[in-house]
Amino acid sequence: MNTVLSRRALLATLGAGAVAGLAVRPRIGHADPAGVRARLDEILGGASLQDGKVEIDLPEVADNGATVPMTVRVDSPMTADNYVKAVHVLADGNPFPTVAAFNFSPRCGKAEAGLRIRLAKTQTVHAVAIMSDGSAHGARRQVKVTVGGC
Amino acid sequence: MATPNIKARIPKKAGKGEVIEIKCLIEHPMETGRRKDDAGNTIPRRIINRFTCAYNGEEVFSSDWDTSVSANPMLSFHIRAEDSGTIELKWFDDDGSVYSFSGDIAVA
Repeated sequence: MNTVLSRRALLATLGAGAVAGLAVRPRIGHADPAGVRARLDEILGGASLQDGKVEIDLPEVADNGATVPMTVRVDSPMTADNYVKAVHVLADGNPFPTVAAFNFSPRCGKAEAGLRIRLAKTQTVHAVAIMSDGSAHGARRQVKVTVGGC
Repeated sequence: MATPNIKARIPKKAGKGEVIEIKCLIEHPMETGRRKDDAGNTIPRRIINRFTCAYNGEEVFSSDWDTSVSANPMLSFHIRAEDSGTIELKWFDDDGSVYSFSGDIAVA
């Protein structure tokens, strides 16, 4: 009898803990918050996201979130039949997840672009490259932000 | 509104087929529409929402911007130089203004 009760109590505590854990999770800013996921689905339009080919350069720690230098680079020959169409940049901790999109053409010669962006808080920045054959490649990078700027 | 200050680096000459880097900066507040002034009124959103680069009239690169782009946006990108001509950069403001800057390039 005693053991049954304590097991029940233990299970109840565990259950409550799990629920609390779930509720807290989005606030930690881990994984992809809803806004970024919705925007990603829109960009991908059914294509599956693969790893590799894309690189994001961002400082590990950004002292000033109002102006954070970012460079995205995609490994591509940039020829007429094999090039990067666009690179979309999303920030999952900003009030609006869409940051910018770079639309390349074979005439760019190199799929690389740099821009200074705003980051509201410590978060993950995502870059998704859409290739000319319709495939999608992605990369993500965490940035610690000391003073937010949005 | 007066034309904002634009600083851009467009190479004066390049070899045929050479990939050149273009860097440009435009002075602009990029108001997000989320800030309030001292009286507590929301400052309306006014950002540059699009940038384009045309090489002899053909659009070769463009970029769509949202409110998460810093004030005084600084952008860098690449173009392959094929012919001598003009490179024209354009910024499109929320208020309908278009700011432009162009430079000539000689391709040997």
